[in-house]
Amino acid sequence: MKVLVAMSGGVDSSVAAAELKAAGHEVVGVTMRLWGGESDTGCCSVSDVDDARRVAQQLDIDHLVFNFSDDFDKHVVAPYVQAHVDGITPNPCIECNRHLKFDRLSERARLLGFDAVATGHHARIERDDEGTLRLTRGADDAKDQSYVVHMLDQAELAYTMFPVGHLTKAQVRERAIELGLRTATKPDSQDVCFISKTGGRETFLGNRIPFRKAEVVNEDGTLAGKVEALELVTIGQRKGLGIPGGGPKQYVVDVDTPNARVVIGNEASLYRNSLVVNDIIWSDARDVQRLQTTNDVLVQSSAHGAAIPATVEILSNSSVRITWSEVQRRIAPGQSVVLYNMTNTHVLGGGIATAE
Amino acid sequence: MGTYLDHAASTPMRAEAIEAMTPYLDHMYANPSGSHRFAREARKALDEARDLVAATLGCKPGEVVFTSGGTEGDNHAILGAVRRLGGVAVCPAAEHHAVLQCVEHVNGVVVRVNSVGTVDLEDLQRVLEAATEEQPITVVSVMAVNNEVGSITPMRDVARIVRKFAPNAILHTDAVQAACWLDLREITPLVDALSLSAHKFGGPKGVGVTVIKTGKNLEPLIFGGGQERDRRSGTHNVSGIIATAKALEVTDKTRAQETERVTKLRDRLVDEIRAQVDGVLETVPREHRVPGVAHICFSGLENEALLFLLDQADVYASAASACASGAMEPSHVLEAMGIERSWSNGALRLSLGHTTTDAEIDLAVSAVVSAVNQLRR
Repeated sequence: MKVLVAMSGGVDSSVAAAELKAAGHEVVGVTMRLWGGESDTGCCSVSDVDDARRVAQQLDIDHLVFNFSDDFDKHVVAPYVQAHVDGITPNPCIECNRHLKFDRLSERARLLGFDAVATGHHARIERDDEGTLRLTRGADDAKDQSYVVHMLDQAELAYTMFPVGHLTKAQVRERAIELGLRTATKPDSQDVCFISKTGGRETFLGNRIPFRKAEVVNEDGTLAGKVEALELVTIGQRKGLGIPGGGPKQYVVDVDTPNARVVIGNEASLYRNSLVVNDIIWSDARDVQRLQTTNDVLVQSSAHGAAIPATVEILSNSSVRITWSEVQRRIAPGQSVVLYNMTNTHVLGGGIATAE
Repeated sequence: MGTYLDHAASTPMRAEAIEAMTPYLDHMYANPSGSHRFAREARKALDEARDLVAATLGCKPGEVVFTSGGTEGDNHAILGAVRRLGGVAVCPAAEHHAVLQCVEHVNGVVVRVNSVGTVDLEDLQRVLEAATEEQPITVVSVMAVNNEVGSITPMRDVARIVRKFAPNAILHTDAVQAACWLDLREITPLVDALSLSAHKFGGPKGVGVTVIKTGKNLEPLIFGGGQERDRRSGTHNVSGIIATAKALEVTDKTRAQETERVTKLRDRLVDEIRAQVDGVLETVPREHRVPGVAHICFSGLENEALLFLLDQADVYASAASACASGAMEPSHVLEAMGIERSWSNGALRLSLGHTTTDAEIDLAVSAVVSAVNQLRR
């Protein structure tokens, strides 16, 4: 097959390219230039492109750079900024996967005649007994990334390859060392690529939007403190709220954006029985019908969080209400919520947490 | 080797240039600044190269400064003028980044360009007239030929305006893309400084020529051994300079016949593409352009994708300039010309040179047509 492999300059995508080449595919590597601004951990810094290109040269495959920075601004950075204005907690890495890797890049790959797009994500794509493609958790429990690529439907799954999904991270690094790839010991990227360590989220947002001062109030409405930037407050947060120490632990339990108020309360006030999730993309449309009869699922709401038992009620084709089997801390609106099957092996679908 | 249509990026070395330089890479290795017989032989070759270059450019040998390339020449003219004389630097918006970024670096003034990509003479005049005694304009840099779209600047008109409205300014021209196609003897007398890059006319990479007219003082960029009359220190790149002079001589002698030959090839290339696909914009009318450049825009497609398919078909072309990562940047030239993004996204530069053949044009036409059809399917 003719495969376009997205190479970030990290070890996973380096080994992904190597695995594809070893399997006899016709492989072309591409590094997407996404962010043109200041960055220190970014996946599109010149040194990361250098790494990707040198690995491609070692593997004797072509390497391209595609400039998708306009799309990245439009689909990832601008919505990230707007979400903070709206009091929503965004997940830019997931939006990048949704709009860049598995939309913009795969669209171009199709246009250029490639049979598949591959990335270095730790996830697997397996065909079940009914012939359905299943987005399956990666072999390395600790590194599984099925959560961040949950938006792949059957058509995209059929066009996608995850060549390192069957390997543990340690095995990936071993392969890279065996092949003498310069990325073998490169640390994993941790943070949002367009937020620099020195400036952080505060500087990034401060350069783009005016911050609103906000009152911090108790649940009964009495004033407890003040914050300088409502936009930087997240549900569940405990620090930086301008409230005196001592006493029971206080958490942000609600962010009232229209009225510029942050509501704090004790841990119990964070608990919820249920959650409405919108904008769901189902891995396989037939899962919606199945869930109407057997509605038990496991729900994961952060990249490496636990999958929690719950039941789902289908509200529409793209919306569900999740009822937890035991009360859970509130999930910040804007976070991605992904449903897995009861044996916790594959993704059923995923969407965005609402305030409900 | 495939079909090479990226001569404006770099053109193959002339065989005569390789032959001329080879002894100086091998047994003629002395430093021409030395005082012994062996050094004097290298010095003689260097002096002869300088005479040859001066004759080809229409200047005095003492006005020829050998550099590391066009970028150094552009930097030297602009930074050297501002550092020595103070004041303000001016250039048009469609200059090569080697000029544009120097002017921006010294907080200079960027002048508009017209729809063919050459300096807007009225805007140039307006900027020169607006200068004050406290902030005089000390250097104006205007490219002779645009590197992306190939448009030819009417340097005579530029010189007339600069001499009239900024008589004390140094007029520099980046003539890097002119050397193959225009008789430089007609340009050099109009300006105070002129920069060339050897690898654009069949010389080696890493060598350039800057003409600095007698009496025009620029602060050097590089200090040290005092070579090139203190204008550019550093041991001479003897072999590179000899090859450069030879390549320039050959280019000069063959220019008339090459212009005729390449114009025909270029026109056929564009005509045949336009006959077979719709939605093609010829960015600059042919009468404003050097023979070597075919710059066309295809509606409804992206040049990154187009270049990939051409590359797969072994046709080597380019679009705009690339950033440090290798990613294609939107063209500042097309933007300055006012070309809409729907066209400029699909821009393609096919540039021809002394090795381009009829057969290459045939291959390029068929590859471009098939790539465009695939991308528009």
